[in-house]
Amino acid sequence: MDKMQTDILIIGGGAAGMSAAMSVAENSNLRVLIVDDNPTLGGQIWRSEMGKIKSPEAKKLIEKIEQNEIEILNKAQVFAQNDEKSLLAETPNGAVQMHFEKLILANGARERFLPFPGWTLPNVFGAGGLQALVKSGLSVENKRIVVSGTGPLLLAVAEYLKSKGAIILLISEQTSRMKLLKFGLGLWRIPKKFFEAIKLQSKLQRTVYLTNSFVIKAEGKENLEAVNIVQNGKNRRVECDFLACGFHLVPNIELALMLGCEIMDGNVLVDKFQETTLENVFCVGEPTGIGGVELSLTEGKIAGLSAIDKKEKAKELFTQKEKLQRFANALNETFSLRDELQSLPNEETIVCRCEDVTFGKIKDFNSFREAKLQARCGMGSCQGKICGSATEFLFDWKNESVRPPIFPVKLENLVD
Amino acid sequence: MLMTFDIAIIGAGIIGSACAMRLSKEGFKVVVIEANEIAGGTTSTGMGHIVVMDDSEAQFALTNYSQKLWEKLAEEMPRDCEYETCGTIWVEADDEEMAEVRRKKDFYEKRNVKTEILDEKSLREAEPNLRENLIGGLLVPNDSVVYQLCATQFFLDKAMQNGAKLLTGKRVVEILENGVRLENGDLIKANKIINAAGFWSKDLMQDLRIVKRKGHLVITERYPNFVKHQLVELGYLKSAHSNDADSVAFNVQPRMTEQVLIGSSRQFGVDDKTIDYEIAKRMIKRALEYMPKLRKLSATRVWTGFRPATPDNLPYIGQHPKLENVYLATGHEGLGITTSLGTAEILTDEIIGRDSEIDSKVYSPSRFEKKEFARE
Repeated sequence: MDKMQTDILIIGGGAAGMSAAMSVAENSNLRVLIVDDNPTLGGQIWRSEMGKIKSPEAKKLIEKIEQNEIEILNKAQVFAQNDEKSLLAETPNGAVQMHFEKLILANGARERFLPFPGWTLPNVFGAGGLQALVKSGLSVENKRIVVSGTGPLLLAVAEYLKSKGAIILLISEQTSRMKLLKFGLGLWRIPKKFFEAIKLQSKLQRTVYLTNSFVIKAEGKENLEAVNIVQNGKNRRVECDFLACGFHLVPNIELALMLGCEIMDGNVLVDKFQETTLENVFCVGEPTGIGGVELSLTEGKIAGLSAIDKKEKAKELFTQKEKLQRFANALNETFSLRDELQSLPNEETIVCRCEDVTFGKIKDFNSFREAKLQARCGMGSCQGKICGSATEFLFDWKNESVRPPIFPVKLENLVD
Repeated sequence: MLMTFDIAIIGAGIIGSACAMRLSKEGFKVVVIEANEIAGGTTSTGMGHIVVMDDSEAQFALTNYSQKLWEKLAEEMPRDCEYETCGTIWVEADDEEMAEVRRKKDFYEKRNVKTEILDEKSLREAEPNLRENLIGGLLVPNDSVVYQLCATQFFLDKAMQNGAKLLTGKRVVEILENGVRLENGDLIKANKIINAAGFWSKDLMQDLRIVKRKGHLVITERYPNFVKHQLVELGYLKSAHSNDADSVAFNVQPRMTEQVLIGSSRQFGVDDKTIDYEIAKRMIKRALEYMPKLRKLSATRVWTGFRPATPDNLPYIGQHPKLENVYLATGHEGLGITTSLGTAEILTDEIIGRDSEIDSKVYSPSRFEKKEFARE
């Protein structure tokens, strides 16, 4: 098995991870290694399109990283802990042992999926998932698409799909107009964000944007044919080719959990310096609470400085972080899920896609563990990453036990 | 709770649940008391095999008797129990093991257990993913696999249909003359108490000789038809019965979910459930020696569990040597799934006071009091 040695190991090459890497590189001579599962840096928010990244901000950061001789290991998935100071990752060339002095977790977030009748039909996609597919080559030209769910991501995805020739029939946002307005009014505090929002809206001007609205059913014989949308008690049926559906984001905390970091309310618990409850293990970006790209960048800077013991300098960023944190809190409050979404699945609706476990089969259990043991919910290859966050919302179950490997890994890579 | 039960069973693992099913059928008022969740202890961590063993007459009698009981019960088991008669192949790796195959066949044949010797060619036909140049093997066609968690639930459902009560999330902290005391102070009144708490039985009876024997298992993603029988290396018993050193043996199992379950390892004196990569690696390497194509399969989970082991590898089934109102059904090591039904049957016989179909004295807990038993 290949061995790599570094001072600061960073898991995740998205905004938070890259920012942390630069923060270390600019303020010390220590070796930095970024490990990421994608072929290129950028993470989810700056995912590259056919190998190219569009955002000027991201490009600048990646350029800097390249100039600073930061080591990068792409296409590598961290699946287990080797010992206190090393992790194991699977790459196309086999397993790698990565030894470090300090660890910064920047695992990012994934979309939240919620089950409703028909959500497993072909051509029902996650909103971010569809965007990623288009970026890697799927054509949506002249496809009629409904975008639904909740969160700012819906607007970004709709705008992107439209720019690729899709016909956006409508955007269905579950939160209320009132909450959105209140949030919108608060945007002036973050001028840059405000600017982005205006820009998005101008491109989507003619697109129907429904609030207080959600998809209650997807229909189709073999593929998706139509969706049923409810708004203020009124139903409408919309024929479409694709449904892009996402319910905001869920932090990726599996690695932190496996290492033994304390979790609070579903987020990795960190102090002001981004240090977790484990010494020398830091955490930045979405795993510490969904907060968006700017908060991720700031947290990355703080963690980088903390990891090299430049705590005074890190403190200078606290005010900025607090401001961004307030924005993140307002964002999460605005897009919090309405209770009606809990009653969408019927007896036959599949909740765990890996194991085909229906809502009816698990609704009477008392805990995720019971549903796991008796009905295999969450026992499939995604290890409950999708149904775990769904059942947390549906039944208030906690899924905070992880078993290595946190990603499926070839047996040969477990022994070599 | 004011009512007095005839029997209180401690532990809703597969053993306690089988006892509840069987005793409630005889008309006893039964309560099952489980500290955590149903089948959440050793039952949930095991392989779910139903296998007839030949390592001793006593082990054979109980596993053989139990296997037949499973076969009968399978007719009414729901699909989610995933009962499947896939058979076991004891795989022989070299000429030395040839003699062992013959011995095994004779042993089973004399006791009316169907077997079939496989030569090199027929072994490869039966399991194309085994490596080349294996000498052959012995097929025991009536062995099976089961999803033991759903089977446990099925046993409990039957018990409850017969009027049994189930209490989960209630920990028994003391066994009394007239019942059991729960952690919250409540008293559950019962005339007879069955300690079926697996390794945890010891928490209620300090002098009971049970030790933890840690095991590791790995499960893969779905690979249809990768393996069709339960496969065990002939040297398995050496591993299963070595009483000191850590050991591994090749043992893979097809699941109805098309996943491949890979074992096995045995470790004494380890108390924590964290994964020991060194022994897990040894175990996987052993499996790769027999099935090199496993290399490219993806593992989705590795986990550990604890077998409740006794010094002579036989379970304790029957009345406690000193406490008249207490019975034991524990210490089944790695065979609890197989022997759950036989255990329930002979314990029921003892409580009713009738003879069992097999000689049940050999499982009597009174033996752990004896001197020759003192070694551990």
